[in-house]
Amino acid sequence: MSAPLLKIRDIRIEGRADEEWLPIIRGVSLDLNKGEVLGLIGESGAGKSTLGLAAMGYTRDGCRITGGSVEFDGTDLVQAPADVKRGLLGRRIAYVAQSAAASFNPAHRILDQCVEAPVVHGVMSRREAEAEAMELYRRLRLPDPEVIGFRYPHQVSGGQLQRAMTAMAMACKPDLIIFDEPTTSLDVTTQIEVLAAIRDIVEQFGTAAIYITHDLAVVAQMADRIKVLLRGEEVEEADTRTMLAAPREEYTKSLWAVRSFQRPPKPAVAGGQAPLIALRNITAAYGKAPVLHDVSFDIHAGRTVAVVGESGSGKSTAARVITGLLPPSRGEVLFEGEALPASYKGRSRDQLRQIQMIYQMADTALNPSRTIGEIIGRPVQFYLGLTGQEKRRRVEELLEQIELDPGEYFNRLPGELSGGQKQRVGIARALAAEPRFIICDEVTSALDQLVAEGILKLLARLQDELGLAYMFITHDLATVRAIADEVVVMKEGRVVEAGGKDEMFRPPHHPYTDLLLSSVPEMDPDWLSRLLARRAEGEIRHQGADGV
Amino acid sequence: MSIRAGILIALVAMGAASLGLRAIGRRLWPESPYWRDMPLGVAFGYVLAAAGFALAVKLYFIDRIVFFRWAMNGLIAFSIAAWIFRALGRRIGPGWSRKLFRQMPLTASFGILTVLAYAFTAIFAGWLAPYGQAEIFDAVNVLPGTDPAHPLGTDQIGRDILTRLIYGAQNTVGIAFATTLIAFFTGGSLGFLAATIGGWLDQLLSRGIDVLMAIPALIFALLLMTIASAWAGSERWMLTLYMVLIIALIDATRVFRLARAVAGNIVVMDYFEAAKLRGERLPYLIFREILPNATAPLLAEFGLRFCFVFLTIAALSFLGIGIQPPLADWGTMVKDLAQFINFAAFSPLTAALPLMAAGAIALLTVAVNFIVDWMLQKSSGLKE
Repeated sequence: MSAPLLKIRDIRIEGRADEEWLPIIRGVSLDLNKGEVLGLIGESGAGKSTLGLAAMGYTRDGCRITGGSVEFDGTDLVQAPADVKRGLLGRRIAYVAQSAAASFNPAHRILDQCVEAPVVHGVMSRREAEAEAMELYRRLRLPDPEVIGFRYPHQVSGGQLQRAMTAMAMACKPDLIIFDEPTTSLDVTTQIEVLAAIRDIVEQFGTAAIYITHDLAVVAQMADRIKVLLRGEEVEEADTRTMLAAPREEYTKSLWAVRSFQRPPKPAVAGGQAPLIALRNITAAYGKAPVLHDVSFDIHAGRTVAVVGESGSGKSTAARVITGLLPPSRGEVLFEGEALPASYKGRSRDQLRQIQMIYQMADTALNPSRTIGEIIGRPVQFYLGLTGQEKRRRVEELLEQIELDPGEYFNRLPGELSGGQKQRVGIARALAAEPRFIICDEVTSALDQLVAEGILKLLARLQDELGLAYMFITHDLATVRAIADEVVVMKEGRVVEAGGKDEMFRPPHHPYTDLLLSSVPEMDPDWLSRLLARRAEGEIRHQGADGV
Repeated sequence: MSIRAGILIALVAMGAASLGLRAIGRRLWPESPYWRDMPLGVAFGYVLAAAGFALAVKLYFIDRIVFFRWAMNGLIAFSIAAWIFRALGRRIGPGWSRKLFRQMPLTASFGILTVLAYAFTAIFAGWLAPYGQAEIFDAVNVLPGTDPAHPLGTDQIGRDILTRLIYGAQNTVGIAFATTLIAFFTGGSLGFLAATIGGWLDQLLSRGIDVLMAIPALIFALLLMTIASAWAGSERWMLTLYMVLIIALIDATRVFRLARAVAGNIVVMDYFEAAKLRGERLPYLIFREILPNATAPLLAEFGLRFCFVFLTIAALSFLGIGIQPPLADWGTMVKDLAQFINFAAFSPLTAALPLMAAGAIALLTVAVNFIVDWMLQKSSGLKE
């Protein structure tokens, strides 16, 4: 076999934190041959992105390479002078970032940004580059490849923009592309399209790629080999199939096992029991734009109802109607059979106390300038009237309940906590009100899988102990499988299907439910090919989920 | 023509020098990537800095330009004072202040030292100044340095200039500080209210503020001062009070805009929504949820706003409708002494008299901004 295209040897990278340098990557090596796709996985903070950037001989501000080499086709990028690197980057090595929306310049047309690299590098004339870009759009199956380039980034959907960014990276026909979580911020149905497009084009051009992600099922579809990282060190590396079938290390096994968590099913609700929360024919709109159309469903005490659907389906709006942030234009919300005032302003303190909310982004859900003790203590004081020592004791109890050490965390600020810990504090704040019903709005989607599993287990345990009812808003069907008792599927503001979890996962489905279910990546490396083949045959009529 | 040619030649010479500098660097340290990757622009920057330094040395030692020498002496003296101040702060005092001094850049310690000096002068003006601020002597237009009783001389009607400079700290700074506080209190609370409550209150306040902001600030101030002087009648101190209120009103509009924008970003946060859903009342929402997260931008604005208020007062005084005599004030002093600047060629010290008052204003402005910059850097650093 010829020499590898990219050869990283014992690379070490440090990052600056306050006054000292802390290691981020502690000596990782990798080889990548022409036309090969390497998957890099690990939880956040494992150094995946840093390593991906280092493969281009680049580090973020505040980071430095302290040792090792990155040899690309015979050139050591760590030592190479700036003008040599400038000749390689963009032309022979390209990068696709996680958020295409943040990576495109909103002031320029997509096409202008796509042709910039080949023109600047002198690979093609502008006219050739434009023709080439349109060809790439066609191959990436973007709609209207001739004209889509003349739109501005905000005029196309997220999935299309991510594909346009891949086209931009492909413009010079690079030998190596680094994909940094290109589908993480997309809906499952959109993700499929982007994955298939990326995989095909990488295959067609024989491009080598490093594919960074935390989603194992995704990496199983894309990569020939997988490398697992943990805290800046390599855990193991193997062929995708070998790795999936027989992971060697404990850590890898634990990653693989995450998706197996499933709480035991609860018995069905007794016939005559009144629901705790009932939505009755809710119609709601933001200004003039209607979002919910005649939505009704029940949530019973002590049970978990998962509301699923892609973004824009109205699931979060339903939560806003229940909490009273968005008074519905028609219909009402019943709490134990009694209609709640439409706006939260009209509700009594006790009514407010009964319904609590946990947010998706723990970063913005906790006031950054108040300590954990204050954040959790406030509802304790506000609703239960406890003060001084009593309040402190109650907060410490709550911290123990969410498995954080009270002595250590009581006086910390949210900024000093990890994502999972912040989410736990968010849970504690909701619990502090001693509610009977909690709305969980995508509580695990911003977290790593291991951390997310911990949160799900915690929520399940709290439900058993305290008899809470959850409304679980999510687009991740693995989460639904793990925790839900009942499922409500929403699309474009309507309830498409509702019922017990087992019925929902058993065919026959509503076509939309089927589309959602079949779009969830599976660990099987052949899953994507099979699914695409099936869809091509028309077994599932694809419903333009990615349309503008 | 010859000037243009001179500049052109100098540019070409510096360009050549920068090429030479880089070449020498590469020859001396062939392994160092610093020299290898140095863009020509950076090398040119070094050459330009060196040329600037050479020019400064020439002006100081060979041409002996008096004002330039004073400015340089002052800069060096202030830097040394700031350095000593910081070094002392690192050794003396309780633990927290020593920690603070350890993290402090020299600019911030310079700012703090200067502000402390101003505050000291303002508070103890009556005790520091040799005479009273309204005292009038027989010796009119005494030149500085000629009469030991009046080290900086006297003005046209025989008031001691040193005394009035010292009292100016009390009047100008004190009034500016009070004005800024009032502007922040009103503008800030209205801005927070508008962002929190929203709806018609927001529209009403914002449009009202828009109307006020549509009128150019200085002209608006002059207009209102004209009206106020009719109200105040012969009560001179009333006019000063009106001036404080008028400038506070005009500056509050700017503070309102900022406070509303900052609060607007906070009220859409989930933690604010959580507090609203908890049923919290308005004061809690504003003081506990918004204010702690809005301090950094407001603080920066306070520093800037203080300087603007200060300059507006000085400008109004210069125009004769600001702080009224017999109160000493730097803006008025600049106006009264402005003619002396014509004597620069004959008696530099005399010409410097209006510059002293102007310099006092400039120095405080710079010092306050140094402190604010540092605080901003600190508070944004903490959040990361």
